[in-house]
Amino acid sequence: MDLILEGIKKAFWLLITLDSEVMDITILSLKVSGAATLISLFLGISTGTAVALSQFPGRKIVVSLINTGMGLPPVVVGLFVTIFLWRSGPLGFLGILYTPTAMVVAQCVIATPIVMGITLAAIQQLPRRLRLQILSLGATRFQMIWTLIKEAKLPLLAAVMAGFGGVISEIGASIMVGGNIKGYSRVLTTATVMETGKGNFDVAIALGIILLVLTYLINLVLTYVQQRERPR
Amino acid sequence: MTEPSVILEAKNLLVERAGTRLLDIPALSVNRGEVLALIGPNGAGKTTLLLTLSYLMKPRAGELFFSGLMVGSGYPLSDYRRKLSMVFQEALLFDTTVYKNVASGLKFRGVGRGEIETRVTEQLELFGISHLKDRSARTLSGGEAQRTSLARAFATNPEVLFLDEPFASLDPPTRESLMEDVEQVLRRARTTTIITTHDRSEALRLSTRIAVVNQGRILQIGTPGEVMYHPVDEFVASFVGVETIITGEVVEKRAGTFAVSVNGREIEAIGDAVKGEVVTLCIRPENVTLSCEAFGSGASALNVFHGTITKITAMGLYQKILIDCGFSLVAYLTNRSMERMVLTEGQEINAAFKATAIHVMKKPPTLPDKPSSAH
Repeated sequence: MDLILEGIKKAFWLLITLDSEVMDITILSLKVSGAATLISLFLGISTGTAVALSQFPGRKIVVSLINTGMGLPPVVVGLFVTIFLWRSGPLGFLGILYTPTAMVVAQCVIATPIVMGITLAAIQQLPRRLRLQILSLGATRFQMIWTLIKEAKLPLLAAVMAGFGGVISEIGASIMVGGNIKGYSRVLTTATVMETGKGNFDVAIALGIILLVLTYLINLVLTYVQQRERPR
Repeated sequence: MTEPSVILEAKNLLVERAGTRLLDIPALSVNRGEVLALIGPNGAGKTTLLLTLSYLMKPRAGELFFSGLMVGSGYPLSDYRRKLSMVFQEALLFDTTVYKNVASGLKFRGVGRGEIETRVTEQLELFGISHLKDRSARTLSGGEAQRTSLARAFATNPEVLFLDEPFASLDPPTRESLMEDVEQVLRRARTTTIITTHDRSEALRLSTRIAVVNQGRILQIGTPGEVMYHPVDEFVASFVGVETIITGEVVEKRAGTFAVSVNGREIEAIGDAVKGEVVTLCIRPENVTLSCEAFGSGASALNVFHGTITKITAMGLYQKILIDCGFSLVAYLTNRSMERMVLTEGQEINAAFKATAIHVMKKPPTLPDKPSSAH
C-alpha cells in the first residue's frame, strides 16, 4: 500500500510543481497526437465522404477495408511505418525515423481509417433525399458536399474523439517509430511504460493521471458541444 | 415549336432501373403559372416523374425543355436547377435555425446579406413562422417543419415549384391549415407548380390541371372537371371516385339518348351510340338518389331502379350504400339523411340517377397497360 500512496503523493508533487520534464512530455504528446488528429480529419473526412457519395465496382470491398482499418493494431502500424522509414526502406531518404514527425505519420495511419469509417457511416445515414433537396435548392456539387458534412457534424465529432482518443493513448507505434528518446520523442505513453519498467511508480502515476485527465477533458468539451446540439 | 406560354416541356422521357421501365412519358407540357397535379396510387411513378422533370434524376432517354431551351445542352443544368425549388414529403431541414434554413437557397446563390434578410422575413411571414425564426429546426413539429421547408422553397422565387406529397405526413388539422396557406401563396405568386398526391381531393383543390399517372404512364391529363367527370378508362374512373362502372350493350337509339342493357336492365344515357355497341358506364355515387317511396315521373331521362341494399359501410361523414338492382350500384348518403331514412341491409329501395350524370366510355373496358419491360 505504501508504494501506491507514496507514488500518488509524489505524482501530485510533480504535477503541482509543473515538473519541466513531465510538462515537456505532455506538450509533445499533445502536439504529436493533435497534429495527427488534424491531418487524419482532413484525409478521413474527404475520402470518407467521397466513398459515401460514389458508386463504383468493388465499393463494398473498399468499405470493408476501411472498417478493418478502424481497428488496425498500432504495433502492426508501427512495424510497417518503421520498415518504410528505415534507412534502406522506400521512404528511408526522408530520414525521419525516430523523430516526432515519424510518430505523427504512424498516428495518422492509425487515426485516418477511424475518421474515414465514421464519416462514411455518418454521411450514409443521412436521408438519401437530402442530397436531392440540397441540389434542388440550387447548390453546386461542392456546396452540396459541404452541406452534407455540416449535417453530419455530430457523428463527425465522434470521429474527432475516437481519432484523438485512439492516438494519444496508443503506444506500440509511437515507441517503434519514435524511439522514446528523452527530451525529443518521449510522449506520455512511452514514458509511462519506461518509468514503470524502471520501478519509478511516482513518475509513472503522474504521467498516467495526466493522460487520463487530458483524454477526459477533451472528451468533455466535445461531449458538451455535442449534447448542446441535441433536441430538447 | 414551343408556345410562349409553355414553361416546361418533356419529350419521350424514359426512366429505367435494373431493366424495369419506371417511366414512359411521350409528351408532357406544363404551362406558365398553372398548378399541375400528378395523381395516382403509391408506386405509380409520380415522384419519379417529378424528379425527372426537375432533372434530379437523369432519364435514360428523352429531352426536357425549359422556356423552349433544351436542358443540358442549350440550357445548362446548373442554371435550370436554380430556376426550381422542391419540397418533399419529409421536410428535410438542415440542422440549424429556421431562419438559416429558409435562407439556404439564397446563400447557395451568393445573394447578399441584406436581400436575404428581406426575402427570408417575407417568407417567414407568409407561412406564419416568424416567431420560430431563431428556433432550431430539430425542435419543430411536423407542420412547422413543413412550413419552413415551403418557405425555403419559395424564398428563391422559383419559376417552377415541385411539391412531392407535401401534406401526406401531416395530421388532418395541420394539413388543412397548411393547404389553405399554400393555396393562397400559389394564387398570389402565380408560381408554376407541379404537385404529386395520392389524394384526389387535394388535387381538386389546388390544381388547374390533373394528370392521372399509373405504372409510369400518364393515363389522362385535363382540367379537374374533365378528369373527374370524363375519365378515359376504368382505372382513371375508379381513381377519381367513380364507384359504379358497368358494361352493357346498346339496345336502342333514341333522339339524343340511347338505352344500354345491363343484365337485362335498361339504362338510359345521353349521347350517340350504335345499336349493338358495347359501352362502359360510369356513375359517380354522389349522383345517385335513394328513396323508399316511388320516384315521381316528372324528370325525363331519369333512370329509376328498384333494388335491395346489400351493404352499408360507414365512411365517416357519409355512408356508402351498395345496392343490387340487377347490377351493383353505389350511392353515398350523408349521415343525416341516413338517420332520416333508417336504412338497413336487405331492405328494398328505389335508386335514381339522371341520364346526364352518366359518363359513357366507348372503349371496351381494359386493364391499364402493363409497362413493357426492356428485355
